[in-house]
Amino acid sequence: MTTAPITTAGTARKRPAPARIALHIGLIAVLLVMLYPLAWLLATSFKPADEVIASLKLLPSHFEWGNYSTALDGVNEVGVGRLLWNSLLIACGAVLGNVISCSLAAYAFARLRFRMRGPLFAFMIATIMLPHHAILIPQYIIFNQLGMVNTYWPMILPKFLATDAFFVFLIVQFMRGLPRELEEAARIDGCGPFRSFFSVILPLTRPALITTAIFTFIWTWNDFFTQLIYLFEPEKFTLTLALRSFVDASSQSAFGPMFAMSVFALLPIVLFFLAFQRFLVEGMASSGLKG
Amino acid sequence: MTATATRPQSAAPSATGGKRAPKRERQGAAWVFLSPWVLGATVLTLLPMAVSLYLSFTDYDMFDAPSWVGFRNYTQMFTEDPRYWRSVGTTLTYVVIAVPLQLVLALAVAIALKSVKRGKGFYRSAFYAPSLLGASMSIALVWRAIFNDGGTVDNLLSDVGLDIGGWINKPGWAILSVALLTIWQFGAPMVIFLAGLQQIPAELYEAAAVDGASWWRQFRSITIPMLSPVLFFNLVLQMIQAFQVFTPAFAVSGGKGGPADSTLVYTLYLYDRGFTASHMGYASAMAWVLLLAIGVVTAVLFRTSRAWVFYANDTHEGGR
Repeated sequence: MTTAPITTAGTARKRPAPARIALHIGLIAVLLVMLYPLAWLLATSFKPADEVIASLKLLPSHFEWGNYSTALDGVNEVGVGRLLWNSLLIACGAVLGNVISCSLAAYAFARLRFRMRGPLFAFMIATIMLPHHAILIPQYIIFNQLGMVNTYWPMILPKFLATDAFFVFLIVQFMRGLPRELEEAARIDGCGPFRSFFSVILPLTRPALITTAIFTFIWTWNDFFTQLIYLFEPEKFTLTLALRSFVDASSQSAFGPMFAMSVFALLPIVLFFLAFQRFLVEGMASSGLKG
Repeated sequence: MTATATRPQSAAPSATGGKRAPKRERQGAAWVFLSPWVLGATVLTLLPMAVSLYLSFTDYDMFDAPSWVGFRNYTQMFTEDPRYWRSVGTTLTYVVIAVPLQLVLALAVAIALKSVKRGKGFYRSAFYAPSLLGASMSIALVWRAIFNDGGTVDNLLSDVGLDIGGWINKPGWAILSVALLTIWQFGAPMVIFLAGLQQIPAELYEAAAVDGASWWRQFRSITIPMLSPVLFFNLVLQMIQAFQVFTPAFAVSGGKGGPADSTLVYTLYLYDRGFTASHMGYASAMAWVLLLAIGVVTAVLFRTSRAWVFYANDTHEGGR
């Protein structure tokens, strides 16, 4: 960073070095403020009870590993391992459902001609804007009638029916960018629509599918509202829902373990983010463009 | 002119359509691919919408059969329920504070990032990270602690002589902390802005610079018009999301919407009526008003967009 300005200083279009350095300083300053809550979370999860509040210092005087062992015991006699497993089960079920059903629907919308395609596509887009609450109560009643309240089906089953229109749209946008000639060639070779979908289009759609998978995982993992209304047995709780019991209790002695548990709940998202940030950022960018 | 240029192109496939013999078979295939979505859209979207509309005219507690009460839920909501109006006011306050500030910050950082050469990928990812983490209960709990009495924000502010105390316990300030959590997640719209900025042809700026246009003039006459479709997209999306805020308000107030109902956002009150008080009919009526409100706001935005959203590359339609 220090040598670059000198070598490129001659170019007319480049900004002068001080302006560029000021820009970086400004961006890093904003970034530091933004990352503070995350640093605070991590630091607090290691703090002994008496240091949690009242001390402005970010770093604890000594690392209190006890917070983590308390957190491992979980909440309501249900250990973290179990909670983690429950969260994973829901998130992976949702990922599987979304990837399968959304890519099927997207293929029809993006690459096949059929009657009613226009109106149905418009309806699908409209459901992106539909507030979840407008369908929430009847959905709850339906799942209640089916005996599925306090099971994971209300979180997973809708995903197999492509109810997340956002992802259908995302995959449609991606599939539209693939050249038409691919299928024409496949058709000449004797492929029907099913063969061209599985053998030609789907493999090429992989980036969009990965984006869908990661976003579904993270959003399902974080989702609080659905889990709150459908799950009530502590055995079935997810990590997110287990954190809820800390919401009611305001005793500060539980602060350390509570944030240790929060770290457990955030860790998979952070790991996913670090591993797949390119897909996430690009997936987000492309969803808003080419509309 | 643009319309006549694109029309022959889109008409071309149907001209050669005669060669595509198995057209009916392909129609059938389309419906097979579409079947999960069709099932979901009917059983889990359209049907529930109709049912919730019906329930909104009933008294229903999940145990006894719904009893028809006509418009009573609605009249009660609008004329006899101060908490309802409280929740409307709280939500509007939150939306009006959070959405514009989030978008302004997103645009500002995107513009700054556009001219960054080194470390652009790093910045982009780092600014984006809170958008994924921020929706979690974990971060909502962090927020409650930071803005609580004796929390970091309280300490910092009293150090500079502003003794507000814990925001969480102060009506008026508590909802502001929720808004700040939303503003904190400006990374998602920022990434979309940045992608939009990169599609603006550099020649436009070069020509403007030759004409001696100032930075501000270029921003107003090139950046904003060229970016207006993306700006519009972000505005609609963030607005719709903001109307449905739930988790941070729940966490900050311990699920109660306090203090003094000051964080009782619309969906939190809806949850309270429907799932805590078992007034499913009333909650359904609230849901339908929310649906209509979001519909009206979106429609108004689309209407006004004709005046300020500028679609530059209509001619490239059908490109990749």
